[in-house]
Amino acid sequence: MQTADNLGQYRKQLAEALENTFQRKALDNFAVAYRDGRDANFAGIDRDGLIENIGTAKDAAMSRLDELFRKFCQKAEAAGAKVHFAGSDVEANEIISQIAAENNCSRIVKSKSMTAEETLLNHFLENRGYEVIETDLGEWIIQLRGEGPSHMVMPAIHLSRNEVSRLFSEVTGKQQDTDIEKLVKVARRELRQRFVSADMGISGANFAIAETGTLGIVSNEGNVRLVTTMPRVHVALVGIDKLIPTVFEALQVLKGLPRNATGQAITSYVTWITGANPSAASGSGRKNMHIVFLDNGRSALAKDPVFSQALRCVRCGACANVCPIYRLVGGHAYGHIYIGAIGLILTYFFHGRDKDKNLIENCLNCQACKQVCVAGIDLPRLIREVHTMVEHGGKKPVLSSLAGFVLKRRPLFHALLRSGRYAQKPVTGNSPYMRHLPGVFFRDHEFKALPALAKKPFRDQWDPVPFSPARPEYRVALFSGCLQDFVYPEQLLSGLRLLAGGRIEVVFVRQQGCCGLPLYMLGEHEAAADLAAWNIGSMDPGDYDYILTFCASCGSHMKENYPHLLAKQPGTGVRAERFAEKVIDFSSFVMRMGLGEAKEARAEKTRAAYHAPCHLCRGMGVRNPPRRLLERAGYEYVAHGEEETCCGLGGTYSFKFPEISATILDKKMAAVAETGADILVTDCPGCVMQLRGGAQKQKRPFEVRHMAEAITGKKR
Amino acid sequence: MNRSERTEQFTQKARAVSATVKTVATMDDALAYTVDVCAQKQACAILASGCEHALSDPAEELCGLKQWEKLIAAPNLEDRDTESLISLCRQAGIGLIEGGLAAYAGGIDVGLSLADFAISETGTLVINCPDEDLRLATMISEVHVAVLNSGDIYADSYDVADKLAGFFAKSDYTAFITGASRTADIERVLTLGVHGPLDLHVLIIDGQPSS
Ligand code: SF4
Ligand code: SF4
Repeated sequence: MQTADNLGQYRKQLAEALENTFQRKALDNFAVAYRDGRDANFAGIDRDGLIENIGTAKDAAMSRLDELFRKFCQKAEAAGAKVHFAGSDVEANEIISQIAAENNCSRIVKSKSMTAEETLLNHFLENRGYEVIETDLGEWIIQLRGEGPSHMVMPAIHLSRNEVSRLFSEVTGKQQDTDIEKLVKVARRELRQRFVSADMGISGANFAIAETGTLGIVSNEGNVRLVTTMPRVHVALVGIDKLIPTVFEALQVLKGLPRNATGQAITSYVTWITGANPSAASGSGRKNMHIVFLDNGRSALAKDPVFSQALRCVRCGACANVCPIYRLVGGHAYGHIYIGAIGLILTYFFHGRDKDKNLIENCLNCQACKQVCVAGIDLPRLIREVHTMVEHGGKKPVLSSLAGFVLKRRPLFHALLRSGRYAQKPVTGNSPYMRHLPGVFFRDHEFKALPALAKKPFRDQWDPVPFSPARPEYRVALFSGCLQDFVYPEQLLSGLRLLAGGRIEVVFVRQQGCCGLPLYMLGEHEAAADLAAWNIGSMDPGDYDYILTFCASCGSHMKENYPHLLAKQPGTGVRAERFAEKVIDFSSFVMRMGLGEAKEARAEKTRAAYHAPCHLCRGMGVRNPPRRLLERAGYEYVAHGEEETCCGLGGTYSFKFPEISATILDKKMAAVAETGADILVTDCPGCVMQLRGGAQKQKRPFEVRHMAEAITGKKR
Repeated sequence: MNRSERTEQFTQKARAVSATVKTVATMDDALAYTVDVCAQKQACAILASGCEHALSDPAEELCGLKQWEKLIAAPNLEDRDTESLISLCRQAGIGLIEGGLAAYAGGIDVGLSLADFAISETGTLVINCPDEDLRLATMISEVHVAVLNSGDIYADSYDVADKLAGFFAKSDYTAFITGASRTADIERVLTLGVHGPLDLHVLIIDGQPSS
C-alpha cells in the first residue's frame, strides 16, 4: 500500500523497493516466465476475438446495471438469499458487521476478495472485536504479517520461503521447515480448524449472474468452497461491476481470466452458488446467506463517457505482470490497494486524489498493459486522463463570475456578513432577528425574519483538538453550511460535543464554500456546479468515511444535485457521486454511531414533536433515525399528522409568496400545539429559522430546537 | 468432436493438471478401484498432510478427532452401489460414511462422487452438489475419486450453459473441479493439496448411454 504524503517520500519508498533483492529477483523471474508463457496459455483460442467479446459484454452489462441488479435481487431472494446494497465502503462494512452481530457470529473465515481489501473490511471487523482469518494461503501470510497484498492474484509474491517459515514458526509456536510443500501442509491443518470453528464465512465473487441470481467464484486452493460451506452464515461482498446478464457471459470471462492471470486454462475450482443452500451448521437447516453489493463509485463510473471501461476489469492482475515499473518495485510501491495499471486508475476513484497523486506520476506510457489486458481496457489513456484531473486537484481552474464572486472573495463575503451584524443592530433592536442580510445569494429578494448573525461564526470557534483521536475508527469531514456557520454556530457546537474525545476524527476544512443550493435555486447552474467542484476538491471523498452536515438542505443538495451538476465532466461526475454517497445527516450519523443515549432516565419526560425537513425525509430519504434518536435521547416523542409537511420556507419561496408560506406555517404550528409538545425538534437550520419565527410570533408554548441542541442541551 | 475424441481430450487435459484418469467398465469396477485406492493409502500420515508435522495445539486436537480407521465417504450413490461398497469396505476394514460429513472435518481418506458431466476443453468435472454432504466429500477428503460417464463429456463450456442455467433455476451449489487443490503462493512453486483434496482420480465408465 503506497501512502506517501509527497513525491519526495514516494521516491524514497521506490528507492527502498529497488534495494529489496529478493523481491527484485522474484518479480523479474515472474515477468520473464509470464511473458514467455503467455502465447502458449492462449493456444487454440482466438485471443483477440475473446478480448473483444469480453469488453463488449462487460460494457453492455455496465450500461444496464440497474436492471441487472433488480433482476439479480429478485432471483437471489426468491432462492433464499438476502441482498443488500452498500453505497460506500464504510456502509458495506457496517452492513457486514451488523449481519455478524444479528447472528451472534464472532469467528469469521474469509476467502480472497479484492473488494474487501478495497473497503478495509478486516480492519473494520477486527476493530469491533471479531476474529477474522484469511484462508487463502497468500492472504493468510500477509495478514499474519500485517501487510496488504503486493499482487492482485499472488498477494505474497514478495516473500521468500524463509520468511514464511519464520512466520509459521511464530504462529504455531513450533520450529518449521523451509520446505515449501511442508509449509503448505502446515497451513492446511492450521486453517482447517478455523473453518470448523467459524460461524461466518465471507467471500468475494467474480460473477453475479442476473438471470439466475447466481454467484460465481474462481479459486485454486479450495478455501472458497470451505468458506462458503462450513459456517452457518455466508456473506458475499461483491462489486456491482460483477453483474452480468447470463451464465454465458460468465463462461466467456472464465475462458480469459485464468489464462491471462496464471496461465491456467481454468482454475482448479469454480464455485456457483444460488440462494441459500442446505447447511447442517445452521439451526434452520439452510445457510444464512447474504449478498452485499458494493457501489463505492461504480455506478457513476459506469455512466462516465471516458472511464466506464475501467469497470470491465476482471482482476486478472496481468497489467502488473507486464509493467516494467511493477517488475522493479512490486505492488506495495505500485498501488494503493488495487495494483498495477488498473490500480493507478481505480485508486483515484475509489480511494481519492490524495492516495493517487504520487502513483499516477509513475507511468511510462509504454502501452504494455494495454496490450495484455484481457478486457481490452485502454489503460494508458485512462491513466493520462486521471493524471490531468489529479493535476487540477479536482478544482476547475476557471470559475463562473457569480461563484467566483462568492468563492474568490470568500473572506470578503464573510466580512460582509460580519459587518452586516453591526449594520443590522438598529433594525433588530434587542431581538435576535434581523431584517436585512447582504443579498449576495438572494439578489433583490428581500429577506425577512432572518435571525441575527452570530457574534462569532463557527469557523472562528472551531477547535480540532477534541476531535483528533490517535486511532480514529471513522474520519469525518464536517460540512458546516452558511446558515449554521454564520447564524447558528451553537447548533454545530452542541452537536459536536457528542462526538468529542471518542473514536471519531472530525475534520473541518476551512476553505469549504457555500453548498451552492441558493445559486442552484436561482437557476445559476454553472455557478452551482463550480461551487460543487470546489467543495469536492476541498474535501476529497477518498479521505473520509462520512461527510457530515447538520443542515438537511445542504445535505440533500450535495447528495442529489452534485452528481447531476457535474455529470457532464469526465471523471468529475464520478467524484461527485463518491462525495454524494458519503454525505450523511446529523441524526442518521448519531444513530449509526450508537450515540445520543440519555444519561439518566427522567421521571417526567419532555414531550418532543418533530418536524421532518423536506430535504431530509424526501430529499435524503431519511425518515426513522430522527424519531428513534429522540426516544433514545430520553424524550417522549409525540407524533402529529403534519410532520412531513413543508414548513413553508422553501428557500426564497417565502419571500415571493409570503401569504401561502404563512398559512402553511400556521397549520404546522397548530398541529404541533395540539400534541402538547414542550419542544419542536427538526434537523435543518432553515426550518429552525422558519419555525422559531412562527412560534415566537404566535406566542406558542413550545421551543424550537435543532436536533443537535435537543439531544445535547438541557431538557426543559 | 465425437465421443471418443472428447474422452481423449478430457483425459489429456485432466492429466495435464495432475489428475489420474482411468477407464473402467462398470460401476462395480469403480467401487473396487475406490476401495483399493483407500486400502493402499496410509491413513492421514503418509500423505504428508500434516499430522507428522509440528502443528499448534488446537490444530493437533482436530487431527486427533479423526478416527484412526480409514474412511471412505460416498454420499450420492444409488442404493445398490452403496450396498456393494459397504461389503467391499467391510472386507478391507475401512469405514464408510454416507452422511453427516461435517463431523469429519479433520479429514476423510477418500471421497467418492458421481460427476454430472464434464468439459473436455479444460478437463473439468461439473458436480451439482446442493447436498452438503456431497459437497463436503469433494472438499475435505484427501483423495477425491469421481465417476464420470463418457457420454456426459462435452467439448466446450458453452455447450453446458443451458444445463448450468437449469441447475441455477432454484437454490443451488454447483462445482467445477479441475485437478487437485493447488497453490503457488509461496515463491510461485506449484504445490498440490492446500485446502481441498491432494489427489483427484477420475474414473470414466465407457460405453454407457448419456444419463
Ligand atoms: S503504460 Fe504505464 S502502467 Fe502501463 S505498463 Fe507501461 S508503465 Fe506500466
Ligand atoms: S485491467 Fe485488464 S489486465 Fe489489468 S487486472 Fe484488469 S482485466 Fe486484468
